Amino acid sequence: MSTTALTYLFVALSFALYIGIAIWSRAASTKEFYVAGGHVHPIANGMATAADWMSAASFISMAGIIAFMGYDGSVYLMGWTGGFVLLALLLAPYLRKFGQFTVPDFLGERYYSKTARVIAVLCLLIVSFTYIAGQMRGVGIVFSRFLEVDINTGVYTGMAIVFFYAVLGGMKGITYTQVAQYCVMIFAYLVPAIFISMLLTGNPLPQLGLGTTLEDGSGMTVLAKLDAVLTDLGFAAYTASERATIDVFAITAALMIGTAGLPHVIVRFFTVPKVSDARKSAGWALLFIALLYTTAPAIASFARLNFVDTVQDATYETMPDWFKNWEDIGLIGWSDKNEDGHIQYGPGNAFEGGAPTFGEERGSHGERVVTSAPTAADNEVYVDRDIMVLANPEIANLPGWVMALVAAGSLAAALSTAAGLLLVISSSVSHDLVKKTFRAGTTERQELLYARLSAAVAVVVAGYFGINPPGFVAQVVAFAFGLAAASLFPALFMGIFVKSMNRDGAIAGMIAGLGFTWVYIAWFKFWEPAANVAENWWFGISPEGIGFVGMIVNFVVAFAVARFTVKPPEKVRELVDSIRIPVRTQSNAPKL
Amino acid sequence: MSGTESHRDTSGDRTQAYWKANLRELAWLLAIWFTCSFGFGIVLAEPLNAFTFLGVPLGFWFAQQGAIYIFIMLIFVYAWRMHRVDERFGLEDDNEPDSYDLDDAGGETQA
Repeated sequence: MSTTALTYLFVALSFALYIGIAIWSRAASTKEFYVAGGHVHPIANGMATAADWMSAASFISMAGIIAFMGYDGSVYLMGWTGGFVLLALLLAPYLRKFGQFTVPDFLGERYYSKTARVIAVLCLLIVSFTYIAGQMRGVGIVFSRFLEVDINTGVYTGMAIVFFYAVLGGMKGITYTQVAQYCVMIFAYLVPAIFISMLLTGNPLPQLGLGTTLEDGSGMTVLAKLDAVLTDLGFAAYTASERATIDVFAITAALMIGTAGLPHVIVRFFTVPKVSDARKSAGWALLFIALLYTTAPAIASFARLNFVDTVQDATYETMPDWFKNWEDIGLIGWSDKNEDGHIQYGPGNAFEGGAPTFGEERGSHGERVVTSAPTAADNEVYVDRDIMVLANPEIANLPGWVMALVAAGSLAAALSTAAGLLLVISSSVSHDLVKKTFRAGTTERQELLYARLSAAVAVVVAGYFGINPPGFVAQVVAFAFGLAAASLFPALFMGIFVKSMNRDGAIAGMIAGLGFTWVYIAWFKFWEPAANVAENWWFGISPEGIGFVGMIVNFVVAFAVARFTVKPPEKVRELVDSIRIPVRTQSNAPKL
Repeated sequence: MSGTESHRDTSGDRTQAYWKANLRELAWLLAIWFTCSFGFGIVLAEPLNAFTFLGVPLGFWFAQQGAIYIFIMLIFVYAWRMHRVDERFGLEDDNEPDSYDLDDAGGETQA
């Protein structure tokens, strides 16, 4: 069978599985729609959380980013895992004890205020839509490259599938589908990694691959070889940092805190039966996530090494198929700047203005002619970082079924995250806006209908962004984490740990943190993108890391305002007391 | 919340002591969390790179592997130790009915 046929087969089988699960586990009540009835086993919830959390960015992009950033890529590895420690220790058990349906629910009750609830909904919608646009785009890319259909057809198919199981199944359907998606995803990620690790180092464990001696007779470890090869070509060493330490620190902190404040992750811990299950479940989630996250650095270094090996000083005529396939869809570009007939790869952008544009005709070596202006750098190759994971099996000459598996895995990653996001969007609209804010008399049946309707609208909006991606999708990812870190996390944290925090403090803090972070990011990303260089950043902190400062602003403003305003009412203090202990409060008789 | 049932009427001293015990656990676990990621993986990464561990410069290893393993252990250690603290204070939730709150929390059904 050809690779394309195999890919169709794998993708179709996995989709059939997801739909089957959705029909088997469809939701009948709002409780099942929002939190799967609260009956999910902690290990199953851990897997579902892992699939929910690991998006197209984790599966497709992260290893590629690390491959080209080296040590500096560590911010994503630590940032996107360390947040689970904060979540497990500081938020999940107490929010589970609180036991309502959504994150705005908690903030609205704890700060006895509709305003707090609506601000939380607003943050949640911004964060979630930012995120979901990227997922739909990921679905489109995978379809167009591996199934050779139009990118839009890919997005429509993805929308239809997600629509089906998210709208029908709610959280219950999503949870069990995500368990299946996790298995597909992790298998698809590990198989090529193990293959390549065997080929390069003879060690089947990719996690150990970084430090294992290469099989090529050089006697060097993968990392040592990579450092040597890259510095030879004029790059900085792979293990060295090119960013200021304070910036690496701030970005890591913003990603960690943002992770802990993301509503679609937090809400997963509302689905387990007990407080002690919420604690354990976060551990399982991180364990399942770590399987992929500790493999990514290995894939990254193998891919970079293989890429340099294949490309450097070779001729275009001898380039393998993958090089030309990715060139065909414009994610690789080469122009023979020094006219020696060989490909030279080095530091700096090869062409002006990001992704190159191509002409219709072919050049003298058969390459697509790049029409973008060349830069002064000696580098002749443009390569999109997102292709590394998808291209890796081809670069390493693995069999066709491995590529088919990777395609199915990346779709699982994108769809599972999109579904989780759709759910928090729909529950915040139907529950927090319709029922709790505007139409208090809504019945359960009506609420469930509103939840399904808003999920349907959200799918369409997400699909629109997937087909017409705003040029700024990549830039706004910084928004999602920055805003979650600067607005939601501090409000949640103080709601649990600071009994005296009142409505006015929390609202002022959220607005200040949100406003500060928003303006800083928007200034450097949209209004003055030319000024987005280290010299202009406050304290040397880039827009990606500013959410950390925004969080501090939030805390400072909240405490200052709370000092001079009325204390929270007694029943709120009692609420805080009750969420701090893991047992039900009124049935206290038997123990002690 | 309805307010009529959210307060446990055992002595506030016991729940306060329980909360203090919880905060002590959090303090040392978060200290390790911070040291291994921000400390060894970022601020001290460069000096630590002078040493190698499993063939990898140590600071780089912490940043791309070690910190993640430690994070997992911290969460499970917290879950395990907190359960023992729960038991010491008679607050373990082992015998709680599944999904005990949604029907009882008050806010949802009675608001």
